[in-house]
Amino acid sequence: MTAVRHEADEILLGFARALRAAGVAVTQDRAQGFVEAVSLLGLDDRRGTYWSGRATLCAGPDDLERYDQVFEAWFNARDGLPRSRPADAATPVVSNFPDEENDLSLDADEGDSDVIRVAASATEILRRRDVASMTSSEKARLNAMFAALRPRVPVRRTARQQSWRRGNVDASRTLRQSLRQLGEPAEIAWRRRGLKPRRVVLLVDVSGSMSGYADALLRLAHRVSTGSMTGHGSTTGRTSVEVFTVGTRLTRVTRAMRLRDPERAIVAAGETVPDWSGGTRLGETLRIFMDRWGARGLARGAVVVVFSDGWERGDPALLGEQMARLQRVAHRVVWVNPHRGKVGYEPVQQGVLAALPHCDDFLAGHSLATFAEVVEVIGRA
Amino acid sequence: MEPDSASAVAARLGGTGYLCDDALATVTFLALKMQRPLLLEGEPGTGKTALAEAIAESMDLPLVRLQCYEGIVATHALYVWDFPRQILHLRALEATGRVDPELLPEAEKSLYDERFLLARPVLDALQRSPALLLVDEIDRADDEFEAFLLEVLSTYQVTIPELGTVKATTPPIVVLTSNRTRDLHDALKRRCLYHWIDHPGLDREVEILRSRAPEVSASLARQVVTAVQQLRSRDDLLKAPGVAETLDWARALQALGASELDLAVASRTLGALVKYREDTDRVKQALDRMLAT
Repeated sequence: MTAVRHEADEILLGFARALRAAGVAVTQDRAQGFVEAVSLLGLDDRRGTYWSGRATLCAGPDDLERYDQVFEAWFNARDGLPRSRPADAATPVVSNFPDEENDLSLDADEGDSDVIRVAASATEILRRRDVASMTSSEKARLNAMFAALRPRVPVRRTARQQSWRRGNVDASRTLRQSLRQLGEPAEIAWRRRGLKPRRVVLLVDVSGSMSGYADALLRLAHRVSTGSMTGHGSTTGRTSVEVFTVGTRLTRVTRAMRLRDPERAIVAAGETVPDWSGGTRLGETLRIFMDRWGARGLARGAVVVVFSDGWERGDPALLGEQMARLQRVAHRVVWVNPHRGKVGYEPVQQGVLAALPHCDDFLAGHSLATFAEVVEVIGRA
Repeated sequence: MEPDSASAVAARLGGTGYLCDDALATVTFLALKMQRPLLLEGEPGTGKTALAEAIAESMDLPLVRLQCYEGIVATHALYVWDFPRQILHLRALEATGRVDPELLPEAEKSLYDERFLLARPVLDALQRSPALLLVDEIDRADDEFEAFLLEVLSTYQVTIPELGTVKATTPPIVVLTSNRTRDLHDALKRRCLYHWIDHPGLDREVEILRSRAPEVSASLARQVVTAVQQLRSRDDLLKAPGVAETLDWARALQALGASELDLAVASRTLGALVKYREDTDRVKQALDRMLAT
């Protein structure tokens, strides 16, 4: 009997371990919970094993698909077990080739910015240079300069009130103070509506046409995620900055962006994002963002910043529709286009044309100086 | 008392009119047996809150509900002292002349009596346990509140400095629901059993509709559910209708005396099913095609 039990434990814990190898964050206590749950239901109950594992080992809909695969592989037959909804079924992975023509015209455009020779410090030049045209050593120097950006957190008024020097009478505090003096009338306490940091959502286009900027934009996103300061004394709570990459699919990289060290954060993001330098289906990914995150509350009342050049491979009408949806939900929608700051730029790309009517701000974003402006606009929103 | 198998759980819940599949029954059974909180996620309108209500009803437990919202803090969940009543009490002591210096400590002590304590949901659930504590829409609360909840859920006790520690004799059954507007912290998730509630299949939904709204005729119920399921499988709706919407729609149709689903009555009652103008147009077109055949 004991030998059998021992073996069963081994199988179950082995399964938990296989699941961890497949990328589900299974911890020791979760694995123990799993063994406990299975022993409650009985080892011969295949469906019970399946459901108890799902309940104890998985932490979100993204895990369910992996769980199914590993379960199938580990326990062999599925015996007609229900299949979890694939986490992202609506997103076919189509990797389009980067638009060579557009990329070429882009390079031609930047030719003249290379020959700027101004009598200013090297730092100042770097600040204004287009990041896509930099050599790798220049980029390395620029990366260090991101730390000089001082992002501020946008704030909003809350429903809850906090004590303040003036404002409305705070009856319960006044009473409490008088209670301390055995009911003698004390000083009157005041309160006003509090301030809270507003949520900031950054959507970074990592498609082929943006490949020159993606790294710098993620660094900017990292700076905003980790370096935001509350410029107001009375704000409470942590800032919440959410970062997503868009391209052919939508990927949430918030976790990676919360790593302190920028280099590690960029590497972690690179490992999460499956569609680096793919095509752009902005409308489609934006729709998925709105369905899965935005409309539920992530974008509600938030400052949403879209970093993209607007070269849309999909239907521009869909993009326009989704941007309109986004604007109705968000507090402020900012579109940052790396090409905006270039001489002779006209917003003619269909994607930009469709999206522009639904943006509150349309900014340039190709150099550190323009990034500083973006940070300023976010902070003021 | 406590059900001893997953099928017993399903039968109990079925008795209250809540029909669940064996996945949900298994997870619920495990949650009861392992005394772990149950974390339910899923699309709005898939019956997350209803499950908690059904569990409470089937086991004859009081349901204590804590609705989370942005800015909720621990005092909203635990307790507050009733200051006005404390002051009245103090004045009353004064008036009757019972505050002489020797009795002062006693008078002070009487201020922090349990009768001046207003218990909020979490403390209430601990005091009344066995009870069912429903923490609704936990994703709306802030991170700090989550950490606080984690602490309570790991010990099932609360310390009130003036009174002492309140510990539940039997830990309450805890159900948390989330709409996934943000990711919950891993530490909290680890403590819970997790279940993702999907929309039910055709037959199951017809059953649910029939048991929740028995006044709706069988043929109408099937028609309504078929239509809703088809709408749900489209991916261009801003908000796919949930089970709650199906129930509403069927009831609306019934209230208008419709015995069959036809286009005229369907378009008049569409407000019960879809809540976006863009969706209304799409659904109208889809129904047009569906009901024509």
